[in-house]
Amino acid sequence: MTDKKLIYLDNNATTAVAPEVFEAMRPYFCEQYGNPGSIHAFGGSIMSKIEHAREQVAALIGADRKDRHGKFTEVIFTSCGTESDNTAINSALRACPKKKKVIMSAVEHPAVFTLGKDLEKRGYPVSYVPVDSSGCLDMERYEEMVDTETAIVSIMWANNETGNIYPVEKCAEIAHRYGALFHTDAVQAIGKLPCNMADSQIDMLSLSGHKLHAPKGVGALYVRRGIRFRPNQIGGHQERGRRAGTENVASIIALGKAAELALHSIKEENTRIKMLRDRLETGLCANIPKAKILGDIENRLPNTTLVGFEAIEGESILMMMDRLGICASSGSACTTGSLEPSHVLRAMGVPYTIAHGAIRFSLSIYNTQEEIDFVIQEMPAIIAWLRNMSPFWKK
Amino acid sequence: MWDYNDKVMDHFLHPRNVGEVKDADGVGQVGNMSCGDALKLSFKLDKDGKICEAKFQTFGCASAIASSSALTELIQGMTLAEAEEVTNKNIVDVLGDLPEAKLHCSVMGMEALQAAIANYRGEESDTEHEDEHAGRIVCKCFSVTDTKIRNTAIDNNLHTVEEITDYCKAGGACGSCLEEIQDILDGLWKEKKTESTSSKQTEFLSLPLIQRVLKVQEIIDSEVKPMLEQDGGGIDLIDMKDNVVFVKLTGHCASCPSAGVTLKSGVEAVLKDCLFPEIVVENV
Repeated sequence: MTDKKLIYLDNNATTAVAPEVFEAMRPYFCEQYGNPGSIHAFGGSIMSKIEHAREQVAALIGADRKDRHGKFTEVIFTSCGTESDNTAINSALRACPKKKKVIMSAVEHPAVFTLGKDLEKRGYPVSYVPVDSSGCLDMERYEEMVDTETAIVSIMWANNETGNIYPVEKCAEIAHRYGALFHTDAVQAIGKLPCNMADSQIDMLSLSGHKLHAPKGVGALYVRRGIRFRPNQIGGHQERGRRAGTENVASIIALGKAAELALHSIKEENTRIKMLRDRLETGLCANIPKAKILGDIENRLPNTTLVGFEAIEGESILMMMDRLGICASSGSACTTGSLEPSHVLRAMGVPYTIAHGAIRFSLSIYNTQEEIDFVIQEMPAIIAWLRNMSPFWKK
Repeated sequence: MWDYNDKVMDHFLHPRNVGEVKDADGVGQVGNMSCGDALKLSFKLDKDGKICEAKFQTFGCASAIASSSALTELIQGMTLAEAEEVTNKNIVDVLGDLPEAKLHCSVMGMEALQAAIANYRGEESDTEHEDEHAGRIVCKCFSVTDTKIRNTAIDNNLHTVEEITDYCKAGGACGSCLEEIQDILDGLWKEKKTESTSSKQTEFLSLPLIQRVLKVQEIIDSEVKPMLEQDGGGIDLIDMKDNVVFVKLTGHCASCPSAGVTLKSGVEAVLKDCLFPEIVVENV
């Protein structure tokens, strides 16, 4: 592993902590280790650092409303995107117990999707908005589903596998027409797409630190001021009683710093990174027969591409890439421990011939053209080698 | 990330015998695209009826490719009678080890071999037509029938749903059939238990009387007596008739108010355990 160069194209899974972010969080382990809830200055003074981080996150998502004390109270720090998603949906159901219905897309991340399945088991009616073969939401079906019984609608902003961007503003507007709350899992979108909550209809939004160059183990939930909220985690008074538990100080400060950096790198994501992604796609499709880009090509995250290679299986492709130090992901069954292609590809009705061989490349601002060209150069041989072994490959 | 050993990686990265044998004597293909793995095996026999050439084509993960490659090495030089005896365990043995969730890859190897042999003989393949399709489909995601689940469980001595999923994928996708698989397993092993205990009884009762007496005496001497002696008691074997053993408790046991308990939960339990559950002990 030591002599080969790592080419990390799996940034929708997790990202490297930015060196600036690491430097920002470093003092809060061994030196400034106080508890922000303490009365003494050593601990208590750290609270202002947390509030600064909150401000940085608020700036990234354009949540500029302050309370009468001048605080950005719309951002709650959590432990991860999953916690934010769970908190939002559970809160909506507990805040208005008369409404039971939940609506989500059929391609949500497991953080939302599995919660939906669990809510069904607990007797809540959950509806899943179908998608077409490009992964686009069936908006007509969605409109039919929402009614006055609906407690909450949760539609992801961008899909982790295809990169598809969903019309969340439009969805929120429709939800509000029927008095339902609207939550979006924006874990993949934040840092890659501009976001302005001040000018939005979205009621709650989840984001995760480790997808935008902060460490794992920290996330945030935006809750619009005035929305009824019920905490998921009960205990102390931290986060104004909305998320109990001693603050993960170092990581919260890291998330703040990462948010500040992301605000500036969004432009690069949408120019240089998008160009590299397009170069990768074009290069792969030009040099490999029967390679197909999956998803809504015109309307995707700038860093993501999902390429289906016909007649071969994803795990073997990834294993071969791994030998060259190239990291990517697969929606295929074998890599996940589950035995079926991902629920996203199945919801899209992607033919099995392609679904099993779908590889997701997801870039970040740390990728270079040299890396992309190396991948374009190496992939054709890997695909040809595996296809040569496949009983389904017709030469 | 799967923890594949060096041998598996070697067979994956340097697969032996890829391709199709020209003018093959037997060809077998199992699995399909929707399952996520498939294997096509072809072989040729030499004039002595031994497999002189075997090749594979595999669609699947690293362990599916490695299992196929290992299979083609394993069966080189075998007669068909020998090849017929090859199980998925033999394939795993060649590879050293496979992650549990990947054992179904080795099962696929065994099934492809059986299908190829059946093809050579002009028969319909067992795996294709009896196991795969007989019975009622339990796992809809992978089209696995109750018959196949039962056979997989018996062949590999599997007792849990997780093991069944590892070996034949059933229950590995939507999970809605997991409870049904558990019911099948519970039923199967209960059946097997009664089967095996009643056969134990038949076997025991078919022995000549002297041998039956010696067996019971041996258990009493080694297992029961030491237990009773701790409390100053003893036991003598008096007689036997069918599944009833007549004994006489002696020493402290003879006058002990708990003699009945000793007899049933002590003596009888030991004999049931060592012989068969239908055995009854009476004090005379």
